[in-house]
Amino acid sequence: MDPSAAKLIGAGLASIALVGAGIGIGTIFGNYLQGALRNPSAAPSQFANLLLGFALAEATGLFGLVVALIILFVF
Amino acid sequence: MIEAADAAEAAGHGGGSAGSLPNPMHQFEIKRLIPFELFGIDASFTNSALFMVIAACAITLFTMYAMRGRALVPSRLQSVAEMSYEFVANMVRDNVGTSGMQYFPFIFTLFMFVLALNMLGMLPYSFTVTSHIIVTFALAAFVFLGVTLIGFWKHGLKFLKFFVPSGVPVVMLPLLVVIEVISYLTRPLSLSVRLFANMMAGHTMLKVFGAFVVALGFLGGWAPLAFMVAFTGLEILVAFLQAYVFAILTCIYLNDALHMHH
Repeated sequence: MDPSAAKLIGAGLASIALVGAGIGIGTIFGNYLQGALRNPSAAPSQFANLLLGFALAEATGLFGLVVALIILFVF
Repeated sequence: MIEAADAAEAAGHGGGSAGSLPNPMHQFEIKRLIPFELFGIDASFTNSALFMVIAACAITLFTMYAMRGRALVPSRLQSVAEMSYEFVANMVRDNVGTSGMQYFPFIFTLFMFVLALNMLGMLPYSFTVTSHIIVTFALAAFVFLGVTLIGFWKHGLKFLKFFVPSGVPVVMLPLLVVIEVISYLTRPLSLSVRLFANMMAGHTMLKVFGAFVVALGFLGGWAPLAFMVAFTGLEILVAFLQAYVFAILTCIYLNDALHMHH
């Protein structure tokens, strides 16, 4: 196989990391909404935690993107 | 970093698979504005340095100008400055406790600097300093070093107990201590890559969709344009959120060093 083709396939495989980020973000917002509807008075106090969890979950998917970019542009 | 940018550019051009679309990585190119060499080290004043200076000046001017009146009933600008102060002060107080308030100036500077750099990057034709990992890694490495030194300074060698989880059978300890040490050492890496990857991914995506708008022309370009408008809003949220996350994680690390809760 052409090495550059293998590079592109590798970069594509690295973006599978976004699956995990999608699941994580969905879980965070879904569970926040569930909790907020059960106890709306406690919801605003947890909004900062929601944003923190969202940012942490999103970042793990972006690590995959970094791997993809390293494969594409460094090697 | 300049070599890496050149290599990235060369690789992008060499591939040629993008067709006629412009290379979305061009916006991250570092240009030497004032070439300058110091003892054989390239210390040129680059566009990255220029935007850092702009950010530092903007924050200084904003806080000084907004607080010039020191009115009891604040003007609109003064209340923005007070709100940002209180926002960070509450963050430090909630996460580190009142004993952490002596580190408030550092956290406030860090938050405002990262926020200003992220927001300046959202202006069209500007440069996003935080989209380069060397900048974010330097910030994160200083946070990591400072927090570790504070931990040893406050607790002495007892700070090493931080790596030994309590209430665990002795048989498990050799494994868990190694895991704890590794997870501690990856903190600067994850802190810096989080900010860098978020900013770079967002700006690349904006550029890619911007190229779609141009490529599809007047008739077909409206759909990606609508997406761009929505996505720019999301990017502004992310720019704020990443500055917030950077500051709050610094607070959490500081709390670990000061109080060693586990």
